[in-house]
Amino acid sequence: MTLHEFFQHLVNALQWGSFYALIALGYSMVYGVLMLWNFAHGDIFMTGSYIGFFISTGLVALGATGILPLPNWLILVLTILLAMIATALVGILVERVAYRPLRDAPRASAAITGLMVGVFLETSNLALLGARRRNYPTLINTVTYEVGGVSVTNTKIMIVALSLLLMIGLHQFVQRTKWGMAMRAMAYDFVVVPLMGVPMNTISALTFGIGSALAAAAGIFFGIAYPVLEPYMGVYVGWKAFVAAILGGRGSVLGAALAGFLLGFIEIFVAAIFPSTFRDLIAYTIILLILTFRPHGFFGEPFSAQLRL
Amino acid sequence: MAPIMKTIRNNSFLQGVGGRLRQAPLLGWLLGALLAVVLELLVGDPVARTLGMDRAPALFGFRVMLKSPVLIPSALVYVVLFYALPTMLVAGFTAGWMNKAAGGLLGVSTLVSLLVHLGLLYATLHLWGTLNDYRVLVLRLAFISVIATLSLNVVNGYLGEFSCSHPGFMALGAYVASIITVLLFVQDDVFGSPLLPPVIGPFAFPIALIAGGLAASVGALAVAIPSFRTRGDYLAIISLAFTFIVKSLIENLEVIGGPRGFMNQPQWAPLPVVFVAMVICVAIIASFVRSTLGKATCAVRDDETAAGHLTINTRRTKMVAFLFAAFWAGVSGGLFAHVLGYVNPGTFGLLKLTEVLAMVYLGGLNSVVGSIVGAVGIKLLQEILRPLEILKWVVLPVIIIVFMMVRPTGLIAFTEFDVKQILRPHNSQERRGG
Repeated sequence: MTLHEFFQHLVNALQWGSFYALIALGYSMVYGVLMLWNFAHGDIFMTGSYIGFFISTGLVALGATGILPLPNWLILVLTILLAMIATALVGILVERVAYRPLRDAPRASAAITGLMVGVFLETSNLALLGARRRNYPTLINTVTYEVGGVSVTNTKIMIVALSLLLMIGLHQFVQRTKWGMAMRAMAYDFVVVPLMGVPMNTISALTFGIGSALAAAAGIFFGIAYPVLEPYMGVYVGWKAFVAAILGGRGSVLGAALAGFLLGFIEIFVAAIFPSTFRDLIAYTIILLILTFRPHGFFGEPFSAQLRL
Repeated sequence: MAPIMKTIRNNSFLQGVGGRLRQAPLLGWLLGALLAVVLELLVGDPVARTLGMDRAPALFGFRVMLKSPVLIPSALVYVVLFYALPTMLVAGFTAGWMNKAAGGLLGVSTLVSLLVHLGLLYATLHLWGTLNDYRVLVLRLAFISVIATLSLNVVNGYLGEFSCSHPGFMALGAYVASIITVLLFVQDDVFGSPLLPPVIGPFAFPIALIAGGLAASVGALAVAIPSFRTRGDYLAIISLAFTFIVKSLIENLEVIGGPRGFMNQPQWAPLPVVFVAMVICVAIIASFVRSTLGKATCAVRDDETAAGHLTINTRRTKMVAFLFAAFWAGVSGGLFAHVLGYVNPGTFGLLKLTEVLAMVYLGGLNSVVGSIVGAVGIKLLQEILRPLEILKWVVLPVIIIVFMMVRPTGLIAFTEFDVKQILRPHNSQERRGG
């Protein structure tokens, strides 16, 4: 591999990793606050992507008929914002329907309902919209820059920059605001903290909402970068992001983001060196080895408390 | 509604029937079911045609109802006429001497009683299946699910881990068993002519199954060894990674078909073979969980440190539980391959995982009966909902979610599997004595 190729793959890996990182953040936040894995999160990513697709297509169509002509950049901004809000509502709904009734139940029962919500979202999408793949409308005319022989498109720069911006924003929110402090407190102890007047239901809804909004952003970026949507797109991306979330350490937001990028790097470079069918095989073997020798992920704490399984 | 219910409760005739039914032992119910099935075998098709259906409905009329709602009344009449009524009548009217018989059998020996019950059960299922090949397929798949679910219950229930590696174990078992049978006994495009005379094949089939199970056990080392150092979520990911690794590995092995799958397996898993395999599996797992090792497994689940202090070798216990569970998962995979005569790596993915997990948690953790009920229940539900086509996977998750809300711990969690309790006679005298 020449140095040029290396940097080319590095750019691709940054983009690919930012999807994983954004989705993994949602898993990790929910886990940190509520001690449960939201197995429907990958499908919320898919839902967010579809919502973004419908909003952007709708706005483009409105513009074409002349009712509401908007410049493309405004459509993109509106799509991202509206889709994030709408998907946040979907996430809150999922929490309300599938997780809140089971909060005192064994953790594995909530995992089952989560898995089932995921299957429900996938299949109802398939049943409603059909198996036809959908393409995102082109909102940005791709411009390719050549930097020392490495080609970088403006969409890639935008995706990576916006993803980093969202991650920094989340970090600031969690560290600086009162709500963020409540979330951190809940993550520290979700038995005592609600007794001190922190509204548990509001905080958990907030956590699901923020996580889902980030997943929606990832979904839209994914749709822009790889403009093909299909109902099962959330399954593989979502499960890999889940793996990244654990690899980063349970409940660690920073760890999830880093592990997301790491997974992106592993996958892109494996696909670059080996035949691409080996991608999963080698990526998962590396993860298995990492977890065998570092059993608590990068930033995770070793177990002290009894598990609620 | 309430007055009607009250009238029903106070009706002396119904009360008498209810009392009689409550006194009927399992033996009576099985006999009733057997006679009901014989009745269906004799006149099921003509009656079904009279009621407006093409033939006797395959799965208790549910599929007929879903396909054409007009036939709902006739399907209901059919179910009552052929299943509910004969079974209840026989069970109710023979309750007296069936109790004597059950008591007598249990007096001879538990094993004899168990064999008689199993014989009756098998005869019922066999006759039920003769009317429709589809029923046989459903039964075989359900029994295979029972084996897989029970083995997952050993890890997720008794050992208390959240293992996602079962599709991987099943894939290993399925492929290894298939390779053995196809290589040795079948004329195949890839592997050439059989190495051994195909006549002895069906007798060697158990050996192939066991080899598949052992292969899965060897694979389980990849999950069992990390389990020494970590538990819970991290182990869940390790096991999930294992499933993906196995799937990806098979997809990359062109010799055994890669992503296209592997076929030509001989059909050596008819209903009796699967039934016997399931019975053996239930017997062995039920005695495993009651053995010292099984108790040690539960102790490790409840508190690993304390168990270690009580001189339980926690590493050995975890190792045994994982390898044991993986063995049975491998056997179920081998059976699965030989029922369908075709496997592909895509089968052993996330959907399989979701299915097996749902079966375990719906049936209830730490319970042999729960796993049997969960596996058979979900498999039947899947087949019943099949006419909905794509909507099946919309309706099924909703059913499971609602169910988990109503019973978060599953149907029958944390119960001991007591054969004597199940086979005992139900007359009042016994109850007072027991």
